[in-house]
Formats: sequence, structure tokens, C-alpha cells
Amino acid sequence: MSEPLVIARGLTKRFGAFTAVDSIDFDVQPGEAFGFLGPNGAGKSSTMRMIGATSPVTGGLLRVLGMNPETDGPAIRARLGVVPQEENLDHELSVYENLLIYGRYFGLPKRVIDGRIEELLDFAELTERRNDTVEPLSGGMKRRLIIARGLMNQPDLLILDEPTTGLDPQARHLLWDRLYRLKQQGVTLVITTHYMDEAEQLCDRLVIMDKGKITAEDSPRQLIARYSPREVLELRFPAGEQERAVERLADLAQRSEILPDRVLLYTDDAERAAIEVTERGIVPESTVSRRSTLEDVFLRLTGRTLIE
Amino acid sequence: MMTARSLRVVEADARFYRRTWRASVFSNFLTPVLYLLAMGVGLGQLIDEGRGGSSLDIPYLTFLAPGLLAAIAMQTAAGASSYPVMAGMKWRKTYHATLATPIGIRELVLGHVGWVTLRITFGVVVFALVMWLFDAASLLGAILAVPPAILTGMAFATVVTAYTARLEHETGLVTLFRFGIMPLFLFSGTFFPIEQLPDAVEPLAYLTPLWHGVSLCRSIALGLPFDLHPGISIAYLLVWVAAGTILSIRMFRRRLVL
Repeated sequence: MSEPLVIARGLTKRFGAFTAVDSIDFDVQPGEAFGFLGPNGAGKSSTMRMIGATSPVTGGLLRVLGMNPETDGPAIRARLGVVPQEENLDHELSVYENLLIYGRYFGLPKRVIDGRIEELLDFAELTERRNDTVEPLSGGMKRRLIIARGLMNQPDLLILDEPTTGLDPQARHLLWDRLYRLKQQGVTLVITTHYMDEAEQLCDRLVIMDKGKITAEDSPRQLIARYSPREVLELRFPAGEQERAVERLADLAQRSEILPDRVLLYTDDAERAAIEVTERGIVPESTVSRRSTLEDVFLRLTGRTLIE
Repeated sequence: MMTARSLRVVEADARFYRRTWRASVFSNFLTPVLYLLAMGVGLGQLIDEGRGGSSLDIPYLTFLAPGLLAAIAMQTAAGASSYPVMAGMKWRKTYHATLATPIGIRELVLGHVGWVTLRITFGVVVFALVMWLFDAASLLGAILAVPPAILTGMAFATVVTAYTARLEHETGLVTLFRFGIMPLFLFSGTFFPIEQLPDAVEPLAYLTPLWHGVSLCRSIALGLPFDLHPGISIAYLLVWVAAGTILSIRMFRRRLVL
């Protein structure tokens, strides 16, 4: 196997007394889509900024593309694509100008830049907006433009911080499709997200992050298999009746969780559990049976939900 | 000082300006000419014909024009180092995007200052030609006054950049112009010799970089004796440029490197 593109050992980031990233270990392999899944404030963005060689490491070891961000920042950034969480395009400039200026920051000749811009506009479905200013573009278009911008230097590694936060479902799916294409072209992706469906869709491998620490690491499928029974029966009860219901149903499930708005029964056969609930004369307000997801893994590992 | 990477920042700023120059053309090029017309030609006639003439050995227009040259360098510098820096830092966060590329903090600051210096140069050169057209100075005098005007502008460009980089809120920019740039514009010897100021305030004028700029520009443009040894004024302005640059880099790092 070839050298990992990112190696972190005991990687730590502190802001004063606050520890944002608490001694984490991970490797990112060439060609994979690697995810950080966790709620807001888990330390994902801090980790991304350290990988992006824009935020100094407080402790531990970090190697990006075989180099040390502390001493080789410009050389690392030259080969990295960055898609930040916060949109930072030049609104007064056109789509084309935004890409041109960014390409020039990498010292690329204008001739090369112009060729790449046409390709990337096509990829981002923005060719028709080429000469429009950025201001009136939709959120999804702006996000695709930022991704195109991050690809201007043909990076070895593209890092995306919460790439679909704030987008409507249609825009998200288009974006996922573009990221999936990149992955197929062999671009290595590092993605942070607090959406479990995004992590499942995009990531070959991911770590679950909470309060600055990594609590589990594997492929989405393996994580689910390891930490959660296959299916979940979700039951809603009128306020105050949840605890009583769970007492009478707990034996139906391998595990149960009581959330503020619903009860989760983890079992390998949710349909059968549902029938059993009815046979016991218990009538929830609603019943949903579904497969286990990363959300359930997260709940199991941290006792909390991803989006609070 | 200027590396290839800071030149890329200059280039980016130039491309941005090419798109947005219309917004600043009035304040940069037309306002100074209006001042020259209203004060230099209009008010100047009254002064030259009245008693004011006795305290100035030269026509008021001639007195005013080189002072305005330094003053517009200051104003261009302050304008280009305040709102655009706030936008890069906070409003649009474009500096964050720049720093994700090989460009580093020092290169970002030097590139910005380099670009503002170019803008000052455009403004100052244009105004120097206007001075000559109005017969307020010889062509040679006007051209020789350009470098000290640029130096004056750079002192303000760096210090205002550092000041803006520190700001959490844009009200600080209004404060800067209302209580900093505007009083300096009026009371640093541009419109009247600082000897006219109350004795208690007069020494303060010597501390302002603008007075040194005005004094240099006037003496050089008109071929008059220097108020102070020119080396002192030049050194004083250079200290401001150096201190402003160092502070800007420090403030940028504090705000942008988390």
C-alpha cells in the first residue's frame, strides 16, 4: 500500500484552556473518501484547518502529503484543495474572475487557468453563469463554485468542511453527485459533516468525532454492523408515556433509547417487533421501522444525537 | 521585501479594482480637483487680494496645491486600507480564501500594501499633472513632489491597515475618518501654515505624518527652503511605514491564524 496522504498521531489543538482536538490518530489513504462525522463543536473544523496548513498544531504529529505543515505550509497548500464551511467568494466579481484570481494565487499561467476554468465550470454546471457576478447565485451554485475554485490547482487532496450545510435537498444531491464523480476520478477527499446520510453516501471510511476525540473508525457499513442491531423500530407516544411504554417493551429489543420525541427499539427484525407491540395492547401515536444508520451508531457511542 | 507571492496578491487586488474602480474614482480623482478649484482658485483670489496675502509670500493656489497632493495620498491610502481590509477580514472573508493557497500572512500584507501604494501613485501622479495644468507648480516641481507624497500615503496605508485589522466592528472605521483623517486633512498645514494654529496645538502638528508630507511636498514642488531638514521628515515617515507594516503583519496573524 502506498504512503497515506495524511498521518495524524496524538494530534491536538488547544485554544487557551479549551481543547478543541484531543490527541486524535488517523490516516487518510490515497484515493479514498475519508469522513469526520460529529456534531457541531466536535473539533472537525479545527482538524481540517490543521490539515489545510492554515492553523498551527498545538501538539502531536501531523504529516500532510508527506510534509510538515509547520515548516512546509506553502508547499502543502499548493497541492491542496480547500472548500471552507463559510462561503468566502468575492461577490462583486464574476464567476470567471473568482476562479482566475484564485488560480493566479497558485502562480498558474493564465493560459492554463483559462483551460481549467472552462472544464471546471462545466463540471460545476456553471458555464452559463460564467460572466455573472457571484452575488445573485443560489446557495447551491455558490457552493459548487467554491468546489470548482478548490480544484483550480488540480489538488492531490480535496478537503471539504460541511460541504452541504444550509443547502436544500436538491442542491445537496447535485453536490453529492459531483463529489462522487471526483472520487471516481481518483481525487482523495476529506469531508467533515454532521449529516449521517452524507457520511454514508460519500465516505469509504470515517471516524466518529465527539468533544475533540475520535470514538470509532471504520467504513459506514462496518460501523453500523459493529455498533447497532440491523433495524430500528421508532415509536411515538404522548408526552409522559414513553418511560412506561419502554418498561413493557424493553425485552423486545437488544437495546432501547428514549429520545425527547420518540422511543427507539433496536432489533434485527423491526417488523416483528412492531407486531409484538400491537399484540401487547400498546398503541403508539406512530410507528416507523427502518434500518440502522450512522445516527444510531453515534447515539450508541455518545449517548447523544448528531443534530441537537 | 516583495516576493513573487506578494505580487500575486497585488495582481488579485488590481483585478478586483478593474471591476470596482468606478466606486472610488470620484473621491480619488475628482474631489481633489474640486478642492483645488473651490479653495485654491475661488477662495485663493480673496486671500491674495485681501490681507491674507501679506502672510503668504506666494499665491494661495500655489501654497495649497502641493499640500493637497500629500493630503490626497493620505486619503487614498486610508480609503484603500480600511473598508477593503474589513471586507477581506470580516465581511466577505476573502483573506481566508487567499490564505488557503500558498500565499502566507506576510505576503498577503505586503501585497496589500504594495497595491495600495500603486493606487496612491496613480492618484498622486494625476493630481501632480492637474497642479501643473492649473499653473500651481512647474512640471518638474510637481513631478519631484510625487515621491514624498507616495511616502506619506504609505505611512497611512500601513498604519490604517493595522488599525482596521484590529477592529471587531465597522463603527471603528467611521471613528477613524471622523476623528483621525478629517482633522488631519484640515489642520496639518494643507490649507494654512501650522503657525496659524494656537500655540498649544502647534507642536502636535509636527507629530502627524501628514504635516511632514505636506511640508516636504510644498518645499520640493515650489523650490522653497525646507521647514525641517528633509532627512528628518523622510526618516520620520519611514518609521511610520515600518511600524505600520510590522503591526499589520502581527494583527493579520492574530486575526487570521487560529
